[in-house]
Amino acid sequence: MNALRRNILKSAGATGIVAMAAAAGLLKSGNVLAAWNSSAFAAKTVPEAIKDLGLSTPADSKAISIKAPDIAENGAVVPVEVTSSIAGTTGIAIFAEKNATPLITDFKLSNGAEGFISTRIKMGQTAMVRAVVTAGGKTYTAAKEVKVTIGGCGG
Amino acid sequence: MAEPMKMRASVSGDVADIKVLMNHPMETGLRKDAKTGQLIPAHFINEVHATVNGKPVLDAQWGGGVSKNPYLGFKVKGAKAGDKVEVSWKDNKGESNKVDGVVA
Repeated sequence: MNALRRNILKSAGATGIVAMAAAAGLLKSGNVLAAWNSSAFAAKTVPEAIKDLGLSTPADSKAISIKAPDIAENGAVVPVEVTSSIAGTTGIAIFAEKNATPLITDFKLSNGAEGFISTRIKMGQTAMVRAVVTAGGKTYTAAKEVKVTIGGCGG
Repeated sequence: MAEPMKMRASVSGDVADIKVLMNHPMETGLRKDAKTGQLIPAHFINEVHATVNGKPVLDAQWGGGVSKNPYLGFKVKGAKAGDKVEVSWKDNKGESNKVDGVVA
């Protein structure tokens, strides 16, 4: 009797968990993001990473501005600000072109989030900081050179 | 691990300016320990999500190229004072943290 009760409780608990997992799954599928894109983050070049992100080859655009220092003394902390004035910007990806793995971040924006991201990145050496913006299914890009005095990726 | 995050959200016009500071070592997995010469295992935030009043506004995937103790600033149009903002992260070891606040 007791064992039976226990089993029933157990199975009830299990279905509860499954239902919760399904609900979580449903919520996730409504989201733009899938699992962490390990291939894009492991890509060794910017074009490879862009391809792995599932984006088309971007066109240069003057509507994207990148604010970053001309010379960064410490490559471990390089402030980068990307502003896209392209209407309907839904994605901003940031790359440091000469890092071992150039892709740094991939942002998806929705529900009123503006085409603006401010963050701090690591740079191994002097390189172009590139932003790739997605808007209306098209991709646009701009880049700015940052000279790095001390690299921020080594030990 | 989960040290507190800091967030400030202020509104000017109809745009909320949200700034977040997270505490995290952000190890790329490529760095060597100076003493032992061994690689330090990768440990970095790889997912960041933000919501305003429960609606997702920002979903990000990060690599190890984001600086230690990451800073993130973003702007949300159509927000007003009193809106609830929540920002959460997850790292490659499954640790997570979140912070919530109100637009001021």
